[in-house]
Amino acid sequence: MELVLTKHFGNERYRHLDTYTELGGYEALRKAFSMSKEAIVEEVKKANLRGRGGAGFPAGVKWGFLPKDLSRPRVLVINADEGEPGTFKDRLIMSRGPHLLIEGIVITCYALETHVCYIYIRGEFAREEGILQEAVDEAYAKGFLGKDILGAGFDLDVTIHRGAGAYICGEETSTINSIEGKRGWPRVKPPFPASVGAFGRPTIVNNVETIADVPWIVTHGGDRFHALGGAEKNGGTRLVGVSGPVNRPGIYELPAAVSLREVIYTHAGGLKDGKTLKAVIPGGSSTPVLKANEIDVTFDIESMQKAGTMTGTSGVIVIPEGTCMVRALSVLMNFYAHESCGQCTPCREGCGWLAKILHRIENGQGRKGDVALILDVCDHMMGRTICALADAAVMPAQSFIWKFREEFDQHIRDQKCPYGNRF
Amino acid sequence: MSLAFSEETRAKHDRLLTRYPNREAAILPTLYLAQREFGHLSDEVILYVADLLGFTPARIYGVATFYTMYNKKPVGKYHLQVCRNLSCSLMGAEHLIEHVAMKIGVKPGETTADGRFTLSTVECLGSCGTAPVMQVNDDYYENLTEESIDAILDGLR
Repeated sequence: MELVLTKHFGNERYRHLDTYTELGGYEALRKAFSMSKEAIVEEVKKANLRGRGGAGFPAGVKWGFLPKDLSRPRVLVINADEGEPGTFKDRLIMSRGPHLLIEGIVITCYALETHVCYIYIRGEFAREEGILQEAVDEAYAKGFLGKDILGAGFDLDVTIHRGAGAYICGEETSTINSIEGKRGWPRVKPPFPASVGAFGRPTIVNNVETIADVPWIVTHGGDRFHALGGAEKNGGTRLVGVSGPVNRPGIYELPAAVSLREVIYTHAGGLKDGKTLKAVIPGGSSTPVLKANEIDVTFDIESMQKAGTMTGTSGVIVIPEGTCMVRALSVLMNFYAHESCGQCTPCREGCGWLAKILHRIENGQGRKGDVALILDVCDHMMGRTICALADAAVMPAQSFIWKFREEFDQHIRDQKCPYGNRF
Repeated sequence: MSLAFSEETRAKHDRLLTRYPNREAAILPTLYLAQREFGHLSDEVILYVADLLGFTPARIYGVATFYTMYNKKPVGKYHLQVCRNLSCSLMGAEHLIEHVAMKIGVKPGETTADGRFTLSTVECLGSCGTAPVMQVNDDYYENLTEESIDAILDGLR
């Protein structure tokens, strides 16, 4: 199968500009400069490039939300705040192929008539930030960034802005606030960033992987990219991460038309040490859990929705038999309680309560009615907040209970964890 | 006020101001520069940054306390940050956190008496395929085992 992103990731030198250009890098940019801006956007629309940050919104359609008039300068923000538990793909792109991202940025900014781009990278990625900054510096030095890029009369400045350890800053309006020097509080929408975003300017926020796909689309055309996915409306390949006790954890570049079973057993080599599968969180911690007998589903956005879950960030967490699902959910709720920004009451209080109730159930102090209480708290969170963090906490909480109810009941009935309070 | 950036940091700060349309947007990177220069963001440092950028100390403090990577209290020479999220937990992180705690003699959230280590548990570090993972200052250590942790800690002197 043709690889869009990872083809040269085995080459240690690929992150440097000279090797990148020797292997055909920045040719897509030259081609883009010979195309009309509308034609580039049209190819990305045809490509069915769905946002790789979790929501799966078509990138070309999102770009279309920018106001037509150019009286206010526009901003492109790259979301490199990779923090969804189970997700570690953008880190790979930034460390192995930073120029793919930079080339995608220049093409996108050219197509969207944007001259300013901020890359918002999570603070923990110090190494990746260093590599990316080196690549940005190289691109400036060789005329791929800055004034009059490649003599095409197009100017672009790219600045890397480092986050500081807040998961919520991956939410696009929170990203924008954080770039503006504020707390990472999500904003009430509307107005949407496309009309009022960073510094009050029309702003597009796209994920690293989404933009890194753009050069390939320009080179080979939107139709070919769409065909690569193998599933209707799911263009291209996707970087699928597999973590947990499998034989070959890591990132695999795969089309949408692959089943979750193939991801786990063919690509990641199945579970290790003779373990058997108990459950799978398919697209980062916020996506509803699947039981072991529910993984014969194609990994495209619509099929996963039909199966009651999401592709999300395609970060697959493999949970083996012998894992306490109450403990696993408790770990996740500690995370959401820690990362809730505190702005909306249902999320701030709800995540905290979910974490507390789960903690007591896991530690043998669960009360009769606690499971119903969790579900009730969930009902008061879902859809009732400014951003989707509350929903992101509710989806695992509800699905763990719906699918593994007996384990929760047993903890409460026996007043102890049948797995001995351990993973 | 006795605190001030070194000339080198001052130059870095001047350069970063040129990357943003206003001074407010420079708050996060300035706090990083301050943390690097002064070790942690004490009240005195917050006042200095507020003065430097022209905002109230409350404004700067509000940002500094929102983000976990800004240290409001002193941390040890080596800040051990062990991931406790699900992928790492499935690969043995809970046990490793206990192991590190026992080895250096402090609980998560504490600093050793000699100021060498601070131990923290953190949420997902985005390195789930190489779990369990620990970050020490800026560096990631992946695929951790008891043995590899012992070797890493012995090397951090």
